[in-house]
Amino acid sequence: MSLDKATVAKIAHLARIRVPEEELEHLAGELSQILGFIEQLNEVDTDNVPPLASTAAQKLRRRPDVVTDGGYADAVLQNGPETAEGYFVVPKVVE
Amino acid sequence: MTELTHLTMADALKGLADKSFTAVELTAAHIAAVEKIRPLNAFITETPEQALDMAKASDARRAKGEAGPMDGLPIAVKDLFCTKGVATTAASHILDGFVPPYESTVTANLWRDGAVMLGKVNLDEFAMGSSNTTSYHGDVVNPWTPGTPETWTRKLVPGGSSGGSAAAVAARAALGATGTDTGGSIRQPAAFCGITGIKPTYGRCSRWGIIAYASSLDQAGPMARTVRDCAIMLRSMAGFDPKDSTSVDIPVPDFEKALTGDIRGLRVGIPKEYRVPGMSAEIEAMWEKGIEWLKAAGAVPVDISLPHTKYALPTYYIVAPAECSSNLARYDGVRFGLRVDGGSLNELYENTRGAGFGKEVRRRILIGTYVLSAGYYDAYYVKAQKVRTRIKGDFDAAFQSCDVILTPTAPSGAFAIGENSDDPVQMYLNDVFTVTVNLAGLPGMSLPAGLGADGLPLGLQLIGKPFDEETLFRVGGVIEDAAQFTAKPGFTA
Amino acid sequence: MSYIQGETGEWEIVIGLEVHAQITSNAKLFSGAATAFGAEPNSQVSFVDAAFPGMLPVINEYCVEQAVRTGLGLKAKINLHSVFDRKNYFYADLPSGYQISQYQQPIVGEGKLVLDMPDGTSRTVGITRLHLEQDAGKSLHDQHPAKSYIDLNRAGVALMEIVSEPDLRSAEEAGAYLRKLRSILRYIGSCDGNMEEGSMRCDCNVSIRRPGAPFGTRCEIKNVNSIRFVIAAIEYEARRQVEVLEEGGTIVQETRLWDTTKLVTRSMRSKEEAHDYRYFPDPDLLPLELDPDWVEDIKKTLPELPDEKKARFIEDYKLSAYDAGVLVNEKARADYFETVAKGRDPKIAANWVTGDLFGYLNKAGKEIEDSPVSAENLGGLIDLIADNTISGRIAKEVFDTMFETGEKPADIVEKKGLRQVTDTGAIEGAIDAVLAANTAKVEEFRSGKDKLFGFFVGQVMKATQGKANPALVNEILTKKLKG
Repeated sequence: MSLDKATVAKIAHLARIRVPEEELEHLAGELSQILGFIEQLNEVDTDNVPPLASTAAQKLRRRPDVVTDGGYADAVLQNGPETAEGYFVVPKVVE
Repeated sequence: MTELTHLTMADALKGLADKSFTAVELTAAHIAAVEKIRPLNAFITETPEQALDMAKASDARRAKGEAGPMDGLPIAVKDLFCTKGVATTAASHILDGFVPPYESTVTANLWRDGAVMLGKVNLDEFAMGSSNTTSYHGDVVNPWTPGTPETWTRKLVPGGSSGGSAAAVAARAALGATGTDTGGSIRQPAAFCGITGIKPTYGRCSRWGIIAYASSLDQAGPMARTVRDCAIMLRSMAGFDPKDSTSVDIPVPDFEKALTGDIRGLRVGIPKEYRVPGMSAEIEAMWEKGIEWLKAAGAVPVDISLPHTKYALPTYYIVAPAECSSNLARYDGVRFGLRVDGGSLNELYENTRGAGFGKEVRRRILIGTYVLSAGYYDAYYVKAQKVRTRIKGDFDAAFQSCDVILTPTAPSGAFAIGENSDDPVQMYLNDVFTVTVNLAGLPGMSLPAGLGADGLPLGLQLIGKPFDEETLFRVGGVIEDAAQFTAKPGFTA
Repeated sequence: MSYIQGETGEWEIVIGLEVHAQITSNAKLFSGAATAFGAEPNSQVSFVDAAFPGMLPVINEYCVEQAVRTGLGLKAKINLHSVFDRKNYFYADLPSGYQISQYQQPIVGEGKLVLDMPDGTSRTVGITRLHLEQDAGKSLHDQHPAKSYIDLNRAGVALMEIVSEPDLRSAEEAGAYLRKLRSILRYIGSCDGNMEEGSMRCDCNVSIRRPGAPFGTRCEIKNVNSIRFVIAAIEYEARRQVEVLEEGGTIVQETRLWDTTKLVTRSMRSKEEAHDYRYFPDPDLLPLELDPDWVEDIKKTLPELPDEKKARFIEDYKLSAYDAGVLVNEKARADYFETVAKGRDPKIAANWVTGDLFGYLNKAGKEIEDSPVSAENLGGLIDLIADNTISGRIAKEVFDTMFETGEKPADIVEKKGLRQVTDTGAIEGAIDAVLAANTAKVEEFRSGKDKLFGFFVGQVMKATQGKANPALVNEILTKKLKG
């Protein structure tokens, strides 16, 4: 699979990463090379092979429904680049 | 007091116990060492005052007879572990100014057992790299680089991503360091810097508070100068954590007790697929030497096959980028770290993430975004998950006929900074022997086996069954004894 | 079937609903932070909810149990193996850049829900699935002219997304579906169904087609927060689509917003961009495995649900389908009715509850839980009628006082002297006085004007302040007039 500039621009937007126009060409080449590398996998017969998402061989553990966390708005906000009146602040979002 | 920085952890514990020196003295020697090795750029944040405070508290505990298993041992922390009140960067611009209001479980366990934090060490940005050249805070230099800082012309990489950890430990600026390993990030730098490191079984160490790269592969582990030191340190780091759903609730053994030296009758698997084309003759020779050492100690080499080995890297370069593209979505300039403003929220995101991520991280996020996107998910992601099943199946089958597997850690020794940098795929090949272990969730250890012709250390890797780290320590101890690796880097504290 | 009559003929509305029901848990789905409504901004947020580096999710057992209970209540298939996926998109109130949800393998599969229509008929609607997911935070847009403020208190709260098949054919049916679903959720206790506080929200997928034709292109109206608005939004949207198609246009598949002030749907600017959610299994979580015995145990603890209760009310109490439907709609109402009906004529009990009581409550804007008339007291009132202490007419007066003061009916009767007069001598005296005062009318009656009987009864009741036993009045009056 070879990626063109437009596709790279589209992915970059999906990932919300600004990529300067002049870098798109080179990046498309690099990403195509990586995709070419990973496409070796097509050689492997995986018919009837189940996918493996995790090697943790256990059941999902569940916790009791007890409030044990939160209640520290200051700590949550203290790293915020912009906060006001107990809120995080971002440029206005239009719905 | 230079000699204090050349002790092993085990010897340092003895010295502390018999009052040959105090934790404050041991720590002060290391603080000086940390300063001295600054040319390596191993540390991102030095915490000397905190270290001395912790050392004082350690001496007080010891005086009261309440010393823990690692009490007074100064160590470095990979800057991927969140440390309460101490800047944590993941070696990324995007975490500028971030000070975690919490402590990772693994580091909390270390402090619980008395360890002393010297500072936060450098790494590849978000642990993505095999050379520690992707850090926003600069390249780390391998202390084995020939010459002195003044005369360095061809600086060598320490390996990655835990390059700062490996460099600091090898250069005698810390008795040990935490690392994390997603595709080889503990083992490959350990090999490049002539130290020992173990990536435990997935689920052995809690991932809570460690900045995620690829959640299904990430695992923390110790890096130190001996097998025993790794055993001491892993025992403190490991343990069940209810805050991590993938943490496994089984007891942590006293790994030191596994160092019996007795491996008689143990079956050591030698996978034929690891004789990859282009592997250097000296790596091959070292591997042979390793087999001979184990044979001499009574173990039985067994030829095994891991047929899907060559597909491990391509699988990894789907799974890890896919997971990282999602894991790194939270770095958006809203709640912590860097913000580069924009007219709209989307512009803010794009500006922040465009400026905040380095090139390798950007590449992996984009690849991951692409392989998960509509129309490609099955062809890439699901395919990779299926091949992952095959790779794990290879190991399951191999462990029917052997108890442990011996391989080289990396196909080469340390290379120069800048080499391989224009070819991402070539760089990825560094992890060809280590990445299989992460995909299968197994424990893997690298330990120095000797020096190559250029005088640089080479590592051997042991791969074990799930949660059988003890066998790795036992076999590792035997190799360590046989190899008698006493060489030191050219530049130490 | 209710079709929309357009300029060019009839159109059928096709509706599928996606309901987000907040689980009534103390803590969030994947973190230990509290879920209470109306807290100070960001005060119920853990570092997990705010997606700080290195934070990991751990699932809340209660939420899993409630999803299973709800699934069982919807007669749905419980999937013993389900998977949590990440739904990836960037938004201000989504801190991690992904929502943990369930995509290909939800915890609950196909089920069904029976609609009770106002005319007493019922209709079965298919449930496609129910899955567990996290809620997002809240963006506030009115605090600042150029900024949005983000409160993450709601981020991570457990939701059940309950998806219906596109089986609904009118806005009224959609309303009936939501009322029934809310009723089941409340019976089960998994969600309080409070739409004002946002603990139940509805996305409406609306399309139109010619009767019998294939499905048309649908539009999704997001986050409508009351049943009234759901009905209004669907009606508006369907008419809008009819207009577009009849003018030769085409429907664009899009997300729309219900504007609660202008009462129109409009395209959502923030959702204009095509999404590519890049779902994949969350590597921080493992598949959710349920023990079949555990599910069976939960099944045993399920309360009697509205459909079963309705059937029982019809069978045991011989109530009409309509009355039974009205009574079981809310568990508290059904319980109230059963307390009143115990040891009494159920038909009479139902009439009092659905008629007088519900009428009064409705007028006062009160819920049954806040009724000033307790079930015991209403039962007592019915007993007073049955044992002839008061007449049905007086009972209405007593009930009125009961609703006002909450007093016991017997006390009111005593205090106000409303006890029925059953003394035949007293009634005879009253009748004699009335007949003596109206001799002309007595003559008219006797010459065949039967209708005047009611007049005499009225006069007698007036004379006795309504307390005379009506049956005795009738009996004695008949005897005297005819004799």
